[in-house]
Amino acid sequence: MSDLSHDVEELEQAVSSEYERQRVPEKALKGPAAFWGMYAGEHTAGTEFMIGPLFVKWGADAFSLVVGLLLGNLLAVLTWRYLTAPIACSERLTLYYKLEKIAGSQLVKIYNLANGLLFCFLAGSMITVSATAVGPFFPPGTIEMPTFQSTLPTGPAWIISCIVIGTAMTLVALKGYGVVAQVGHYAAPWMFLVFVACALVTLGRLGTADLWSLLTPPEGTPQTISFLGIVCFSWFCNAAMHIGMADLSVLRFARKPSAGWASSSGMFLGHYVAWICAALLLIYWVRRHGVDPQVGKDPGTMVNDAVGWAGLVCVIVAGWTTANPTIYRAGLAFQAMIPGISRVAATILAGGLCIAAGIFPAFAMNLLDFVGIYGTILAPVGGIIVVDHFFADRFGIPRDPAERSGSGFNASVLIAWLVPVAVGMWLYKTQGVFASYLPLPCAIACGLIYMVLSKMAAREAAAVQA
Amino acid sequence: MTPETKPAPKTAAMFVGILALAGTIVPPAIFMVQSIAAGTDGSAALSLDTVKATMLVSAVAWFAAAPFWMKMDG
Repeated sequence: MSDLSHDVEELEQAVSSEYERQRVPEKALKGPAAFWGMYAGEHTAGTEFMIGPLFVKWGADAFSLVVGLLLGNLLAVLTWRYLTAPIACSERLTLYYKLEKIAGSQLVKIYNLANGLLFCFLAGSMITVSATAVGPFFPPGTIEMPTFQSTLPTGPAWIISCIVIGTAMTLVALKGYGVVAQVGHYAAPWMFLVFVACALVTLGRLGTADLWSLLTPPEGTPQTISFLGIVCFSWFCNAAMHIGMADLSVLRFARKPSAGWASSSGMFLGHYVAWICAALLLIYWVRRHGVDPQVGKDPGTMVNDAVGWAGLVCVIVAGWTTANPTIYRAGLAFQAMIPGISRVAATILAGGLCIAAGIFPAFAMNLLDFVGIYGTILAPVGGIIVVDHFFADRFGIPRDPAERSGSGFNASVLIAWLVPVAVGMWLYKTQGVFASYLPLPCAIACGLIYMVLSKMAAREAAAVQA
Repeated sequence: MTPETKPAPKTAAMFVGILALAGTIVPPAIFMVQSIAAGTDGSAALSLDTVKATMLVSAVAWFAAAPFWMKMDG
């Protein structure tokens, strides 16, 4: 276990700082063990405490939760293994550098900005979740906790909690990636067991181990998420990482594409067991305390009630260890975007945005929609990379076109990215399409549009030369 | 000390770590089994307060032990 932890820590540091503009050399490649540990740690986050209860709010049935999550997570693992990992092991470049070769350095800055802003909202949700763990340390009523229906800050005490936690996270992010990665991996096995402990205590208090009947919503509960919705949510909640190719930055260090299987540790521990454990917490409050599932209960109160202060520490640490790298990455994205800004200033800017987002519970309470939107905006560029990697030669379009032509801005990429995203967002906003249905069609459409536009540009260039 | 032998502090830290993980999961498991066996009329021999206290002590022990033995590898 200690050797694995050391490998994981080394991998995390390498991912964030090494070989950013070159192929990863043979000597830096790592075996599969580090990837198993890293994925398990990254996907057992504070937001898991929100997602499980949100499924209960949305009226998910037992079959959807038990089988749908299993299927969706399996599809996510297969996407990592058979799409992301083969490209990562062949190219051995970060997403940003690969994208720069295709799209040009100026366009990559726009992608970075979108990425940075979305990272801030995601880290903001983690600050919200962590801040709910502060309340139980004070006398009841000192800090009014947000519910699923909260969109605005619940009061001055809540705002102060978010600012204190967010500032602490930002200060640690300023120290760099290594410290956070270390603490994250110390905490990972313990955090997972705390999730399971919450479920065990809840089952004991409900007096039954019949998980199926507990996960079955009472008669008349409105079901706003279907089996397909659960499958797509669990498949695409990390769409930016797998079909969006952000994990090229991680998997480029893998010796073989089989390292993609390591994502199963994160999916099945964090996104299957932990989500179901977290869902059970709200089910207890609904059944025993008559809490309305549409209103919900904040994670801090539920976890404190189930397992006490150890649970509160888990909520804070789980939010902190995942928000910190997110703030750090957002800072790097802003640094790339704003000329002359130092990393410290960029990280403080990112931290400030995260705190502002965290103060407003709307982001955390709408996490099921938010992660779908996150994937819809960022995943389509993965379609472009898939076309460049697998189909460019076959369809007679140049690979890495911006690098070949020396262009800083490939308009084909911008159009191919923005058109499907605009259509997707229109479907989400006006037609009420569940956001998690959109990343895959948007990524496919983006790839196809890029292929057509690149083919047209290649013909035009050939005609000019002739 | 042979090359295969782990330094004593590291072994001790690993031992504490494993105990801490056990202290995190075993009491809730016992609480669940006892509560379900006791049914709605009875109560578990292991109280929830004891479970919470054991988990808190285990959390402190885990965070004290884990960095120590991970540093040994560095």
